[in-house]
Amino acid sequence: MKSILKYSALVAAAVGMTASVAQAEDITVVSWGGAYTQSQVKAYHQPWMANTGNVINSEDYSGGLAEVRAQTEAGNVTWDLLDVTMSDAIAGCDEGIFEAVDHDALLAAAPDGTKPTGDFLEGSLGECFIPQIVYSTVWAYSKKAFPDGGPQNIMDVFDLEKFPGKRALQKSPLYNLEWALMADGVPSDQVYDVLETEEGVERAFAKLDTIKDQVVWWTAGAQPPQLMADGEVVVGTAYNGRWFSAIAEEKQPFEMIWYGQALDLDGWAILKGGSKKDTVKDFLKFATDTQRLADQAKYISYGPARKSSAPLVGKHAELGIDMGPHMPTNPDNMTEAFMTNFDFWADNKDELNERFQAWIAG
Amino acid sequence: MANVADTMPDPMTGEDGIPLKTKLRIAERRNRIKAALLVLPLFAFILVTFLVPIGQMLYRSVENNIIADNLPRTIELLSEWDGNNLPPEPVFETMVAELKIARETKEIGKIGKRLNYEMSGMLSLFKKSGRKVRKLETGPYKEALIKIDKDWGDPEVWATIKQVSDRITGSYYLAAVDLKRSPQGEIVAQPDYKQIYVSLFIKTLWISLLVTMTCILLGFPVSFLLSNLPMRTSNLLMILVLLPFWTSLLVRTTSWIALLQSEGMINDLLVTIGFIGDDERLKMMFNQTGTIIAMTHILLPFMILPLYSVMKTISPSYVRAARSLGANPFTAFWRIYFPQTLPGIGAGSILVFILSIGYYITPALVGGQDGQLISNLIAYHMQSSLNWGLAAALGSILLAGVLVLYMIYNKIVGIDNMKLG
Amino acid sequence: MALPTYASPLERVWYYTFRGICGLIFLFLIMPILIIMPLSFNVEPYFSFTEGMLSLDPDAYSLRWYRDILENGMANPAAMGGEWWSDMWNNAQWVRAIRNSFYIGFFATLISTVLGTIAALGLSRPNMPYRNLIMGILISPMIVPLIISAAAMYFFYSSAGLAQTDLGVILAHAVLGTPFVVITVTATLVGFDHSLTRAAASMGASPPRTFFKVILPLITPGVISGALFAFITSFDEVVAVLFLGGLEQRTIPRQMWSGIREQISPTILAVATLLVLISIALLTVLELLRRRNERIRGMTPQ
Repeated sequence: MKSILKYSALVAAAVGMTASVAQAEDITVVSWGGAYTQSQVKAYHQPWMANTGNVINSEDYSGGLAEVRAQTEAGNVTWDLLDVTMSDAIAGCDEGIFEAVDHDALLAAAPDGTKPTGDFLEGSLGECFIPQIVYSTVWAYSKKAFPDGGPQNIMDVFDLEKFPGKRALQKSPLYNLEWALMADGVPSDQVYDVLETEEGVERAFAKLDTIKDQVVWWTAGAQPPQLMADGEVVVGTAYNGRWFSAIAEEKQPFEMIWYGQALDLDGWAILKGGSKKDTVKDFLKFATDTQRLADQAKYISYGPARKSSAPLVGKHAELGIDMGPHMPTNPDNMTEAFMTNFDFWADNKDELNERFQAWIAG
Repeated sequence: MANVADTMPDPMTGEDGIPLKTKLRIAERRNRIKAALLVLPLFAFILVTFLVPIGQMLYRSVENNIIADNLPRTIELLSEWDGNNLPPEPVFETMVAELKIARETKEIGKIGKRLNYEMSGMLSLFKKSGRKVRKLETGPYKEALIKIDKDWGDPEVWATIKQVSDRITGSYYLAAVDLKRSPQGEIVAQPDYKQIYVSLFIKTLWISLLVTMTCILLGFPVSFLLSNLPMRTSNLLMILVLLPFWTSLLVRTTSWIALLQSEGMINDLLVTIGFIGDDERLKMMFNQTGTIIAMTHILLPFMILPLYSVMKTISPSYVRAARSLGANPFTAFWRIYFPQTLPGIGAGSILVFILSIGYYITPALVGGQDGQLISNLIAYHMQSSLNWGLAAALGSILLAGVLVLYMIYNKIVGIDNMKLG
Repeated sequence: MALPTYASPLERVWYYTFRGICGLIFLFLIMPILIIMPLSFNVEPYFSFTEGMLSLDPDAYSLRWYRDILENGMANPAAMGGEWWSDMWNNAQWVRAIRNSFYIGFFATLISTVLGTIAALGLSRPNMPYRNLIMGILISPMIVPLIISAAAMYFFYSSAGLAQTDLGVILAHAVLGTPFVVITVTATLVGFDHSLTRAAASMGASPPRTFFKVILPLITPGVISGALFAFITSFDEVVAVLFLGGLEQRTIPRQMWSGIREQISPTILAVATLLVLISIALLTVLELLRRRNERIRGMTPQ
């Protein structure tokens, strides 16, 4: 069927019909799968396909750049558009896997005419990256373990005396070092300055040492809510969407600690070497406009990356919960919150990962 | 297969007058070719789908073209630099020129990433400089580059670039054994806090050894019993060994999780009978203990099967003779029986050891943080950090170890005698 | 090894202690496999026996996790009749994984059995040159640690456009399965009486006829058990699938892998129970083959 479509497109071009973007084409869009892809399909894919007659093959992957890098290295790129985290987008851009984009030329302006560079959150645009959502890695505690109120901030979660019990942390230096410093008294806006120095890194590891025995390390996003539900941990970090669905959909007795949440971005990157650039760009322009980004928040609790989308965020499509307060970008949730410093991590990821692995093993 | 002997009229010459010797030689050669032709399809298949990929991966562990390809003139000039102070102005000038080209060809990130393995901070240095050198038209370039980023004024940066300029590098292997080259070119140890691979190799060997020993301890009595029981009973009991052997690895790992986790059956049982309190449940899973228990269970049949087949062939009359000559049961066992089982122990041990040093699935699922083995780190560098050179170097070292063990196995048992089930 | 009547008391004690120890080891081997079967019928989502289960209360048992195998991932599990069946067949995650496993396993087994059997025939000819070296190379996929094989194939298959395709996974599994076929068929051929082929040839049978009428029937048990080994290798393999397979190539072990890592539920125990039943079936077939093989060779079990 696919080849027939392609063939007829060729014939159409050959006989001199207008073969423009309007010609139906199918593109392969790759995302994280599960509830997240579902929210994209409902908010972006289906309306766009209905408007244009093009077809989106939605595929899932488990994150990371290994697959794409191997594809590109071999000159055998089968995907067109990839949903990536900002740090992966930067790394992929460095590796020459992704296409550089001109945001103002490519994307739609806000309804009031603000250019994309002014409308997307500050610092969220990357050379090869078009942001969709803001998500965060955030702490939460089990109300079953602490019925009289649990930890309220980062100092508390590092305080084993006041709040004893196991902690679930991601098995990665990312954010754990930042939080360790914050627990040690560094304000969130100075964390990366301190981490730049050797003493800062040592200080962070020293602080982590104080809770090391009580940590259960997680490696997949679904694990921390599960660990907490099973009573294996009493405090832990996870993506805010995971906590949201555990609390709102599964009615788990958890409480989120928005204090000190670590913000990150997720969005699109165009793969280099694809042949359907025009269609992909048409889809991108549609899928990242103000209304579409606000629509996605109906299905999942991640905040839109455009300022102009924020007022449009409504209620959850099925639960009927007002989604505004559950957005990481909500001003009420921003106490001591910090945005990931992508340049710092691009430079130091390799070294700090090795150090972290050595520390865990030691 | 032409059969010469049946049709031969004269002992020395065939009926067509060709000497028998020649005919025999021709026939033998034809047979050899036939045999080789039968093996050829599989050989070609394995060559293309397996051996070539392995070779290609080994090459990755030394391949290092990125710097030589993209900064050719700079490294040529650097080869004359003595390493003290900063390189002279022409080096800076060509660097600027080549940075501009690398920025155009989008290779600059790859250069930075490669150098970042050797020295943290190189990636952003190159990316930042790449963006800014576009506007540099005239010299002096030394001051200009240092103004863009003060790191260009650090001789170590230049020494690092010089070091990774070779097209074939040993640096991944050095990193795989916790060594590196200092800016002066000497091989030195990595700082303490980054030393992880050697201790992980040792830990992998240690756990494998532990698993092998446990398998010998558990496998020996069982094989002894099986080989001394009447055939009917032993065949029946053999099912208890073969069923685990044929059951999926993941099934067995799952059941160990169900048994050993802190909310699992064994802990529940211990709590119910009051052996331990509800809050002192034993941690037997997601750590080294869990890895060792599950791996022993999975590999035990690989010990029992070869041991059993050796014990089966040991004639009981030797032990009986020893007993009748006055040896006590222990001496008779230890001096007479046990030495005869050594080939079986050897074969089983090497098999178990080879399998356990390459283990990936079980440690990844039940290992937690301290039960991880070297293969888990190889997978990490393959899939997450994307440092494929290092993954390949770690893999090659592991492979070399396994091949040595394999050759020993071949000497002891001979691959022909390898039996399954 | 019955206890002789003249055994000393110490020997008696040792005799029973030794049997006791062996019993415990057998328990260690088999218990983890048996224990999951009743657990998979637990009505509660726990990995432990509930009080109701221990008192054999029928309400404590249920088939809900088996139902979950069929329904997890279905678009509309509430539908009826044909719609339910096609939905289950096409969308249920585990059902798809089961289909993938059999599909990939079948073709991988086919390739490795055909190539492996032919090669084994060549290897067992007395005049095979460089026999040991070639044998070593042919069974190397079994020796090289899986993580290395998988990583190497990943690089290579990606460059050939085979990563994330059915063909890629099938080829990888075929390679991993061939050593087992080579070994088992070679072992069968060790006791093979070569005068039979000569007799066939002298009576005028063409080589293909000799193969199909004389050799093949005799080595069939070896070929089948080799094929079973190859099949179970593919059926059980997860590392290569982790590296080479995409979402479309998810097999049962791959699905179990993510299940264990992410959200461990008793559904996995239900799947595990089914897999144990498959192993029992395979084991039975192998045992029957072994007996047949011994009968053909004129060796009777003692």
